[in-house]
Amino acid sequence: MTLRFYISRDAGSEAVGIDDILAALTAAAKSKTVEIEIIRTGSRGLYWAEPLIEVATPAGRVAYGPLDVADVPSVLDAAMSGGEHPKRLGLTEEIPWLKRQTRLTFARCGIVDPRSLEDYRAHGGYKGLERAISLGPEAIVEEVVQSGLRGRGGAGFPTGIKWRTVAQTIAAQKYIVCNADEGDSGTFADRMIMEGDPFVLIEGMTIAGIAVGATKGYVYIRSEYPHAVAAMEAAVRAARRGGMLGANVGGSDYPFDIEVRMGAGAYVCGEETSLLESLEGRRGIVRAKPPLPAHKGLFGKPTVINNVISLASVPVVLAEGAAQYRDLGMGRSRGTMPIQLAGVAQFGGLFETAFGVTLGELVDDIGGGTWTGRPVRAVQVGGPLGAYFPRALFDTPFDYEAFAARDGLIGHAGVVVFDDTVNMARQARFAMEFCAIESCGKCTPCRIGSTRGVETMDRIIRNENRSANLVVLEDLCNTMKFGSLCALGGFTPYPVMSALTHFPEDFGASPTRLQAAE
Amino acid sequence: MPAYEPWDSARAAAVIADHAGMEGGTLPIFHALQEMFGYVPEAAIPMVAEALNLSRAEVHGVVTFYHDFRREPAGRHVLKLCRAEACQAAGGDALAARAESRLGVAMGETTADGRVTLEATYCLGLCATAPSAMLDGRVAGRLDEGRLDALVSEAQR
Repeated sequence: MTLRFYISRDAGSEAVGIDDILAALTAAAKSKTVEIEIIRTGSRGLYWAEPLIEVATPAGRVAYGPLDVADVPSVLDAAMSGGEHPKRLGLTEEIPWLKRQTRLTFARCGIVDPRSLEDYRAHGGYKGLERAISLGPEAIVEEVVQSGLRGRGGAGFPTGIKWRTVAQTIAAQKYIVCNADEGDSGTFADRMIMEGDPFVLIEGMTIAGIAVGATKGYVYIRSEYPHAVAAMEAAVRAARRGGMLGANVGGSDYPFDIEVRMGAGAYVCGEETSLLESLEGRRGIVRAKPPLPAHKGLFGKPTVINNVISLASVPVVLAEGAAQYRDLGMGRSRGTMPIQLAGVAQFGGLFETAFGVTLGELVDDIGGGTWTGRPVRAVQVGGPLGAYFPRALFDTPFDYEAFAARDGLIGHAGVVVFDDTVNMARQARFAMEFCAIESCGKCTPCRIGSTRGVETMDRIIRNENRSANLVVLEDLCNTMKFGSLCALGGFTPYPVMSALTHFPEDFGASPTRLQAAE
Repeated sequence: MPAYEPWDSARAAAVIADHAGMEGGTLPIFHALQEMFGYVPEAAIPMVAEALNLSRAEVHGVVTFYHDFRREPAGRHVLKLCRAEACQAAGGDALAARAESRLGVAMGETTADGRVTLEATYCLGLCATAPSAMLDGRVAGRLDEGRLDALVSEAQR
């Protein structure tokens, strides 16, 4: 009998030693003369339990983790006998942390072989495209509008409305651009889906192409993600070979093809107009809007530019229908959001769930507090441009409008947990420093404001004319917020001002405490 | 470790020609040159400008805008430490200071023996297993002092 193992090839799994586990498993199987078969998958997103391996059983896949190399021989014995093992987590699908999720966009991630088009189809892949082809362009756009899907990159603009604008713009050439420049710290959903289920992104982009009349798509992936670049390139080649990209997509009359491009370490290229400049081969300098990319985008042509998760959510919307997606969520935030728990969260990983879960549930209940054992003091939601929230705001539901109402943003849904060793004045300084490092330099509030912000924070931290400098800081933040061309300069005030508002003691209200927190 | 070729204008010209037909091919060309030579040599700038019908100033502007493109060769090994918020929360700042002191260089510098370049990176997307690092393209997470020291020693070999 051959034992079949499923082992992640995700970068996050590699980072915690999955390759050593795989080597140990192969060696143990050889010495015990057990026949094993290895299928490389993406990650389930249970990073807290990784390195994790799964073995196929008649009841389903059984997971073991987090593993040390020394565990492997006894895990192999347990897998053969079906017996107990201290690292046995039971049936993967029954692990409470996974079971309580609503996985739509990530339905296949960690389950399928990301290099196999056949496996993708066998797990429901391309059902959305099939329905899209039968519906035709106008009905696809209508379906996406009705689903309530909003941009998952951070801005939350309705995806269907963007598509309709491009569809209604007359041009000989249009483009679909996938923004895979996931630079926000605390986020890894784009990376995971590209590494673990790349065909769902290809399918989503193909549907977008048919909907708006675009025949060419680009995936712009940041260079910090070499695993994702390799996975997407392999998937694009497989899709071409399988007739799912090319002159007749899926045997239809629609042509569509995709090219993978790599960024070069500029955070600002996650801003859509900078990304377009970069794709055109120029410095990633922000463009003033209007014109909107939907009217004049890549190479001056009408362009749909969407985040990875927005596009990867389209196939399930089409396959299951808009109503099923729209029925999840709260308020104007419909469907599910792949939330990423990071920093010192005890149970860090990817948690896809309907909008409406509160920040407190995410951090304390799902995230399990901290692995340092110290109390949670602050969380930053939405990356380096997102606000820091204290425990007092943990009743905030995960919803675009609810976060905005409290001067925060959900962004790309990264939640970075900090314990009580954090110094919030230092975090505010870092927000300004990061903006200074990454500013494209086009607009003055961002280019100059961020550097002045670092200097001002340094004076505040040194207790140099503190009250006057806090006034300067607030004034700088207002100038940046209302005067910057894009979200980099415009949103850097969120982490700065939220740190100051919610944690004033770190800014000198109690200088002894400031020193204690060092 | 990656093995790079010494500068060769004919080889560079071939790489540039391979990509010259791409729309907006500047970044792919620089990536390809850097993969071949380990950096983007100054001598390549006018060649790229000529091939893409751009001014040298424009090409210089592009190559200097992006953090990835090196203007001089890096050390034999490149150790990138993530300095972004999720890694900061998990003690990344102290590890970065430790790496700097063990190697005797600041972020962005190369050791005097040319063995190791230490660089800051802003997010490797390994935020649930922070702090994280990348040594010559291989990722490492859940760093503590011991694991960091092992990476530093490996880079110094």
